[in-house]
Amino acid sequence: MVVPLLKLQDLIEEIRRAKTQAQEREVIQKECAHIRASFRDGDPLQRHRQLAKLLYVHMLGYPAHFGQMECLKLIASPRFTDKRVGYLGAMLLLDERHDAHLLITNSIKNDLSQGIQPVQGLALCTLSTMGSAEMCRDLATEVEKLLLQPSPYVRKKAIPTAVHMIRKVPELSDIFLPPCAKLLHERHHGILLGTITLIMELCERNPAALRHFRKVVPQLVQILRMLVTTGYSTEHSISGVSDPFLQVQILRLLRILGRNHEESSETMNDLLAQVATNTDTSRNAGNAVLFETVLTIMDIRSAAGLRVLAVNILGRFLLNSDKNIRYVALTSLLRLVQSDHNAVQRHRPTVVECLRETDASLSRRALELSLALVNSSNVRAMTQELQAFLESSPLDLRADCASGILLAAERFAPTKRWHIDTILHVLITAGAHVRDDAVANLTQLIGGAQELHAYSVCRLYSALAEDISQQPLVQVAAWCIGEYGDLLLEGSCEEVEPLQVEEEEVLALLEKVLQSQMSLPATRGYALTALMKLSTRLRGDNNRIRQVVSIYGSCLDVELQQRAVEYNTLFRKYDHMRAAILEKMPLVERGGPQVDEEAKESKEAVQVSKAAAPVPTEPQASKLLDLLDLLDDTPEDAQHPPPLDPSPGGTLVHLLDLPCALPPPAPIPNLKVFEREGVQLNLSFTRPPGSPALLLVTVTTTNSSEGDVTHFICQAAVPKSFQLQLQAPSGNTVPAWGGLPITQLFRILNPNKAPLRLKLRLTYNHLGQSVQEIFEVNNLPVETWQ
Amino acid sequence: MIQAILVFNNHGKPRLVRFYQRFPEEIQQQIVRETFHLVLKRDDNICNFLEGGSLIGGADYKLIYRHYATLYFVFCVDSSESELGILDLIQVFVETLDKCFENVCELDLIFHMDKVHYILQEVVMGGMVLETNMNEIVAQIEAQNRLEKSEGGLSAAPARAVSAVKNMNLPEIPRNINIGDINIKVPNLSQFV
Repeated sequence: MVVPLLKLQDLIEEIRRAKTQAQEREVIQKECAHIRASFRDGDPLQRHRQLAKLLYVHMLGYPAHFGQMECLKLIASPRFTDKRVGYLGAMLLLDERHDAHLLITNSIKNDLSQGIQPVQGLALCTLSTMGSAEMCRDLATEVEKLLLQPSPYVRKKAIPTAVHMIRKVPELSDIFLPPCAKLLHERHHGILLGTITLIMELCERNPAALRHFRKVVPQLVQILRMLVTTGYSTEHSISGVSDPFLQVQILRLLRILGRNHEESSETMNDLLAQVATNTDTSRNAGNAVLFETVLTIMDIRSAAGLRVLAVNILGRFLLNSDKNIRYVALTSLLRLVQSDHNAVQRHRPTVVECLRETDASLSRRALELSLALVNSSNVRAMTQELQAFLESSPLDLRADCASGILLAAERFAPTKRWHIDTILHVLITAGAHVRDDAVANLTQLIGGAQELHAYSVCRLYSALAEDISQQPLVQVAAWCIGEYGDLLLEGSCEEVEPLQVEEEEVLALLEKVLQSQMSLPATRGYALTALMKLSTRLRGDNNRIRQVVSIYGSCLDVELQQRAVEYNTLFRKYDHMRAAILEKMPLVERGGPQVDEEAKESKEAVQVSKAAAPVPTEPQASKLLDLLDLLDDTPEDAQHPPPLDPSPGGTLVHLLDLPCALPPPAPIPNLKVFEREGVQLNLSFTRPPGSPALLLVTVTTTNSSEGDVTHFICQAAVPKSFQLQLQAPSGNTVPAWGGLPITQLFRILNPNKAPLRLKLRLTYNHLGQSVQEIFEVNNLPVETWQ
Repeated sequence: MIQAILVFNNHGKPRLVRFYQRFPEEIQQQIVRETFHLVLKRDDNICNFLEGGSLIGGADYKLIYRHYATLYFVFCVDSSESELGILDLIQVFVETLDKCFENVCELDLIFHMDKVHYILQEVVMGGMVLETNMNEIVAQIEAQNRLEKSEGGLSAAPARAVSAVKNMNLPEIPRNINIGDINIKVPNLSQFV
């Protein structure tokens, strides 16, 4: 049964008549079934219609892979109608990943060499769209032949194909380089356009090509000049500018050729000045050319006056009412801000104006540019503008804006107070969007600014009292209140209006943070710790704090529970230590891994336990041992308070500085090991307290005779169980009459605490003789190895 | 380089989809949808440049679009193309369509999708601008259309003619025309050959 075949138009009509997605799918599925049947055994003359329908369906998003083989058949057909649709199908349906694509290589080859012009055009088009590396290699010579054919249409199409081939297979550049020079002499604009693109591609890939093509700069200048000066021509002009596309491409190529090359740049100077001043800027085409000119001027080694002209043109464009022009101006200025910073700075006010645009693309560009323009002199003004922008900006720009402001503040902050204010403002406005390390940075900053503690804590308290939802702000505020709560209660800050804060208010606020649904677990941790710290800072009794802490002892969050239990214990059993432990924190070190509250506290815990690690029989260890018992948490010992009087090893407060200061070891006596004709060798020993297995021996060679000691070398040997390291001596000459002695350091590692034995070998010249001595050091004191 | 050229209407239905970089089919459809959503959000009086969506490639790519009546023409380009130049290119393309279709409207694009592709092939090839002279482009297209017509005419004419006549509604030819006493016998003409 012959099913009547729909034409493409009819199919489209039917699809449009479908009222729902499901109906459309039904129609298309039915039609695809027909198409498949027709491909199998239908009329070959109708095949192109079927494929056209299939391509339409493909565009709507339905599967069409079964048409791939049909494309091949159609391409192989002699009819132009078939080839047209076949090639289109190949471009839309086939690609490198399907093996079938190689099968069309032969057809393309035939068409390229024997087809009529439109067919050659089709083949070239297909090759440039989906040609894989293998195809390009096979067909390179064909394309090269076509580059030099008489027909401009075919040549015009062959050139972008060559560009595509070079992109896929860079080695083919060699084939396509020679024809370029000839092609540049063409008058046909399409060919010129393609040729310039080809030359650009070659230059970008190969510095040798770049040097080769510098020779054509005068020719390019000539072509551009002709374009600019010839009057209105209907052929290629767009709103009064002759072939702006070609002008733009030539300017691009000039930019590549003139970069870092004085001679070429000089050749172009006049022309660029001419284009910059004469181009009509009332329409988009003229502006396109002008922009390209400006970018070229800035990129090559142009005269200073020209550069100034270029930046002024950009400045003028920033004031243009057309949004597109302003967008491109901002983009260009962003590119220039690295190289010509001062020139761009002059336009800062206009850039800042653009921040207030409602257009999202424009304001994004303006933001990037503004952040790049911040420097130490304008940081205050710029930050103000940026903060105003932050408040009104769309959400996707907020994170960028916030981090930009914080970064700029870090680099250029004029005063610490301003810095703190800025960060505070950012946290209040856009707290949810700041980076994670902002909290750590701010706490470190505040901690370091001694004089601003009172100010910071007052401001943070007011900010917190207003709004407890911004997590970074809450965390910093909680930390500050905990640390400097006493300053807050004094209310003695001059710079802010005097704040009369009651203890109860502070505690109530912190409790509110603890209980709020909005607080993250980390924030709760901060708040709990802050409450604890306040127990020593505030003057009132601590019942309220103790209550809160004991409630959280049964909290479901493990972190909070642990803290609460520890703090509880601190209240109950170790009340005497509480003041010391909760003292003001030393300044956190910047850089390295992020140090936040929890890490610091756990570090302290680790360090405390390290300090109590068993130390070899030191007389003062008894007091430390008491401490050991305490930390082991044995209930019976905890009844009697350990002596708090300072022991030589350091007070409890110094537990927080590490390493724990152990008592200095008794000094070991020096040893004279060698003497000959006024040359003496002395050994002095040190055992550093931190490493018990290490012995440092300093060998000092002195000369009290009347002759110099020269070429002095001392070598040492120790038993196998030891490790010996000789450091470089201070010299190898000891002048006569008690001149400067030579010292040399030996490091001896004695992990087994075996008895030390040391053999020394000396060689030197003295009094006209060369001396060599080998001897074992006797009488080594016991302390050197025990 | 031009990565893709998309034309869709105000409801997001694609009218022309052409990629110059290889993407699998599902990604292509996703890109069309995503581009449509991005472009739909734009007011009419803001600039025609958009940073590209996440699918079509990284920070280097921009969407340059123009809105004509019911259609959006979107070119996705990388940084090697001049933005203002592409705006002009879109204009050239649309004017060429206008010349080829005589006052083009959306229906022309819908029903002649393949022809639109052929016209586009004369303007942009392999992601590069090929020709911007409208007269040349139109001349080429017309030459190709003539070629197709002549081919189609030679081989398909009989089949077409037969089907045309079958569908024609010929009025009944009277066998005998009787006007008074004049009796003209109409010869029996066979069916039109």
